[in-house]
Amino acid sequence: MAEVKAPDDTDGVQIDMISGQRMKGLTSMEKIRIILDGVREGNIVILEEGLTPDEESRLIEVTMTEISPDEFNGIEIESYPQSGDDEGSFLGRLMGRDSTPNKLTVIGPADQIETLHKDETLISALVSRN
Amino acid sequence: MGLLTGLRDSISRAASSLFSEQDPKRIGIYGPPNAGKTTLANRIARDWTEHGDAVGPESHIPHETRRARRKENVEIERNGKSVSIDIVDTPGVTTKVDYTEFLDHDMEKEDAVRRSREATEGVAEAMHWLREDVDGVIYVLDSAEDPFTQVNTMLIGIIESQDLPVLIFANKIDLEDSSVQRIRNAFPQHETVPLSALEGDNMDEVYDKIAEYFG
Repeated sequence: MAEVKAPDDTDGVQIDMISGQRMKGLTSMEKIRIILDGVREGNIVILEEGLTPDEESRLIEVTMTEISPDEFNGIEIESYPQSGDDEGSFLGRLMGRDSTPNKLTVIGPADQIETLHKDETLISALVSRN
Repeated sequence: MGLLTGLRDSISRAASSLFSEQDPKRIGIYGPPNAGKTTLANRIARDWTEHGDAVGPESHIPHETRRARRKENVEIERNGKSVSIDIVDTPGVTTKVDYTEFLDHDMEKEDAVRRSREATEGVAEAMHWLREDVDGVIYVLDSAEDPFTQVNTMLIGIIESQDLPVLIFANKIDLEDSSVQRIRNAFPQHETVPLSALEGDNMDEVYDKIAEYFG
């Protein structure tokens, strides 16, 4: 995130864990900016509460406009798939399309995160230094 | 096309739409790169349009389709009824595009960079169409590949949030590693139809389902 910088001489990977409370009240574009600014600095961004489907759609769109050869290849994003028959999803649909799905989401630079395994209950990923 | 011919076609289209029960529904063909979306679009166009023109070129190199292409007024006849749809073939959706992957396909760097730029524009365009301009979705998956990817779960979630009717097509059933059940397990809330767009396998059921869902 913008306020906190890792010392330049470290070769670790910075992880920003952003609470649902911090994201609440932000517009879709503000959320997308926070995510992409962090990822473009090489950080791993973890959202306590994920994005809505509409925000995910816009995140893909904005990411595409920022991809630049030899600079930024895009993002890797991981969250649990929502079961079609669980209560949250059903209520979410009843409440309308912008209801928050409340799913932990991890986003990072595409060239630093590799998904090793993913199913309904487990996501295993390898994070490397650039 | 000449001006007069174009004008006549426009008037004809306007007149027919005045008298039709409803406008053709725009059905977007979505899915990850290399799932066979354009092969499917071309087969539908060949089977149901007068001249059978291809919607776009097919290729095993990812991101061959880098612009959304629309084929209008495709009339599909099923059980004595006629269903009219516009097919929108869209670029494969992804969250990353690395031009160096194209270099593996014997492409020069300049061409690979241009292809990646066009691919990113195409994906952005596809997302825009999904939010604004389609009435239903055919989601095409390569049944020989793992369907549990983030792009698939995100896109299905986006489609569901828009309340769009969606059919999942498990393509490439002609391949040895194909598993339609794996796709059914990944998306049990939606109807999955097996097919091979390349070989033309199970197309009768494909057209039955298109007419049932989007007619």
